[in-house]
Amino acid sequence: MNFLPLWRYRDQLIDGTIVTLELTVIAACFGLLIGTAGAVALKGRVKPTRWLVRGYIELFRNTPSLIQIFIVFFVLPSFGLKLPAFEAAAVALSLYFGAYSIEIIRSGLDSVPKSQIEAGQCLGLSGWQVFFHILLPPALRNAYPAVTSQFVLLLLGTSLASQVAADELFHVAGFIESRTYRSFEVYAIICAVYFAMAMSFKILFAVVGALAFRWPRRR
Amino acid sequence: MRSFTFIDFVSLLSALRWTVVLVVLALGFGAPLGLGLATGRISRLAPLRWISAAAIQVIQGVPLLGLLFFFYFGMPVFLGIQVPALVAVTVAYTLYTAAFLGDIWRGGLEAVKQAQWEAGACLGLSRWQQFRHIVGPQALRLSLPPTVGFLVQLVKGTSLASIIGFVELARAGQVVSAATFQPLLTYAVVAAIYFATCLPLTLWSRSLEARLDGSR
Repeated sequence: MNFLPLWRYRDQLIDGTIVTLELTVIAACFGLLIGTAGAVALKGRVKPTRWLVRGYIELFRNTPSLIQIFIVFFVLPSFGLKLPAFEAAAVALSLYFGAYSIEIIRSGLDSVPKSQIEAGQCLGLSGWQVFFHILLPPALRNAYPAVTSQFVLLLLGTSLASQVAADELFHVAGFIESRTYRSFEVYAIICAVYFAMAMSFKILFAVVGALAFRWPRRR
Repeated sequence: MRSFTFIDFVSLLSALRWTVVLVVLALGFGAPLGLGLATGRISRLAPLRWISAAAIQVIQGVPLLGLLFFFYFGMPVFLGIQVPALVAVTVAYTLYTAAFLGDIWRGGLEAVKQAQWEAGACLGLSRWQQFRHIVGPQALRLSLPPTVGFLVQLVKGTSLASIIGFVELARAGQVVSAATFQPLLTYAVVAAIYFATCLPLTLWSRSLEARLDGSR
């Protein structure tokens, strides 16, 4: 066991970590946008849109993320849409994360009892006021744990982007391994870096959650 | 170059058996280990609790792909022995399954009220008997839906074994795609086979959830 030869590649490791974080944040942002739009559509009155959203959720939740990345990267070019590796992975991961977010956000919205909304309406609040002051805060609090754990799974899932040669952390690992032949050390370090990122996010989310959602107990 | 024929479809479908083999191996070794981790988490011995909690955190904090590469490429170099692909893959999936099932089952065990243990103790049952006859069955009921839900994750996760060259469904897809130059059709078929495998599990998990929740 000798980790010293890997020290030369620290810049690549840092670059790879940054790309991994970029990919995670981009996919999370677009995924949450999809999630919000999808949850609203699911609660809407238009039947065909509801079916469409349900179909999207089932399709993306019941097929492997790896195959989705392959389809975006290898299949879309035959329709004239050729995306570079990073963009293709970002699109596929956003769609994957979006499918999970819809359900999470929908169940967050559903967790608020209907009587509370009616109580707000009785007090003469407008639709927006009911949404922002009554529906949104408890819905966010209820959806928060699921969103954050899904975010950590997304962070780990970005490693699949290495399979279409996006230069994220796992791809860097393959590069360093091919130069040094030190598979054990390389993958031990890579796993440690992912673990450090996952733990940091978990701690960060726990702290943010404790600060942002302490309101029901204070009074 | 040749076209995508019925033979290709059959070869994809038959590659599904390796996916099933991986799932069975992962569950066969991972479930007992997961049960160990879950009971470790609620043990009265603090070190046992810490060790199981740390094991779950570490494995859940590392990508499945990282586990696979570590055990397939890393471990043989470290140990200086040849490890067959199936063994390396089985170790990685076993740990992955154990960590996630351990966490799910711990949740189930903790959801059973403490008074149930105490009631068992009052009847003179040993700690093991309390677990076996009182808390365990209730926890099993509670954790069945998420366990089936995890099964879907596991089936999808076996697609990663393709990356280290293990010929299961996803790998067979790559082979057929390369031979026929028809990625669209091939990957659509591969995705459809995964979908047809996972959707029943998803629906089962959902119906269990609805049923068990309603009876509470």
